[in-house]
Amino acid sequence: MHLIEVLGPGCQKCQYTERIVREVVEAAGISAEVRHVTDDAEIASRGVMSTPGLVIDGAVVLAGRVPTREQVATWLGVA
Amino acid sequence: MTTLVARRMGAPLWLTVLAAGAVWLVAWFINLPLANWLAHDVLGLEAGSHLGDAVAFFLYDMPKVMLLLAGIVTVVSFLRSFVAPERVRLALAGRGVLPGTLAAAGFGVVTPFCSCSAVPLFIGFVEAGVPLGVTFAFLVSSPMVNEVALVLLWGLFGPGVALAYMAAGLTVAVVSGLVIGRLGLERYVEDYVWKIHAGDAALDFRPTFEDRVRDAWGSTVEILRKVWPFVVAGIAIGALIHGFVPTDLVVSLGGRDNPLAVPALVALGVPLYSNAAGTIPIVEALLGKGLPLGSALAFMMAVTALSVPELVILRRVMKPRLIALFVGVVATGILLVGYGFNLFLS
Repeated sequence: MHLIEVLGPGCQKCQYTERIVREVVEAAGISAEVRHVTDDAEIASRGVMSTPGLVIDGAVVLAGRVPTREQVATWLGVA
Repeated sequence: MTTLVARRMGAPLWLTVLAAGAVWLVAWFINLPLANWLAHDVLGLEAGSHLGDAVAFFLYDMPKVMLLLAGIVTVVSFLRSFVAPERVRLALAGRGVLPGTLAAAGFGVVTPFCSCSAVPLFIGFVEAGVPLGVTFAFLVSSPMVNEVALVLLWGLFGPGVALAYMAAGLTVAVVSGLVIGRLGLERYVEDYVWKIHAGDAALDFRPTFEDRVRDAWGSTVEILRKVWPFVVAGIAIGALIHGFVPTDLVVSLGGRDNPLAVPALVALGVPLYSNAAGTIPIVEALLGKGLPLGSALAFMMAVTALSVPELVILRRVMKPRLIALFVGVVATGILLVGYGFNLFLS
């Protein structure tokens, strides 16, 4: 069970990132909880200052860019 | 299109980039003859007539501005992928006030900034120990001295105007930062901000060349999709001004002899946020009709640096008093730039 958090106050790129993550999770058939964090204070407390940010199991893997499906799959260990 | 076709054919990335560049150059050089041919030969509008001039201006300017935007945004987004705000704040914390403010204004030019991440950015800066004034210098220079405005100004008016804009913008950012820092306004930052412990994201992710190119292309498509209606509207208004508004009117209303012209243009610019690309064609037409440079620059700066949506977003971390002071200080700086350029460049 992975915990995946998409950090972003709701800009287009953040929505897109969330969609990609959900697609990868579904395609790989793994169990994961996907959360979309929109609270500014919580985003900042992760040390992310450019959105979208992506946190997998508590570790920030990406900030300020939209990931590719392959990248997300690699981080989740399902590539 | 070409890019997509080349990618499908499995061409190496550098070849795709090269092909896209070549297409861009060809489009750039055939634009003027094509616009004239369309306006005067195909549509049969006489050169020199009001309508003919307006239509030719529109047909020439629309592709020109879009091409400039596409080219610039791609190149700059690529270069910007080398600078992350998460690292910039570490470089800004623990410096003296003056060097810190100067560095923040400089970083503002090259750091990606999107008003949607203004709040996490603000919290991240303040929490890392970056002084409030230094943070504000960054918040002013980042949206105002942006690549889109600079390169459009360079492409349409030449290096002089672009450099003047950049120098004036950096000065406004530095002075605003120093003034706000001096006023000691920390108590007007929302209290919860000071209680957050902003973590240090250990970012191991190093984008590859392909990541950077893909991101750059993605941002370009996104930005063009967002701004094109404003560019069309801006150029249409510019074309009308170009073809129909008499020079005397612009000079008498917006010229040096009208002391209210600069504040009126600044007030007009504030609600026009995120439409920097759309306002430049209007400014282009007005400058052509004799609007002085200072008034034009003040208008542009008000459009980019003071925006209602961004202020609404910043309200989440700043008390109203601080927002008001921020607007006041920046607006004063912009007014001084406008009057200064009008006074000394005649």
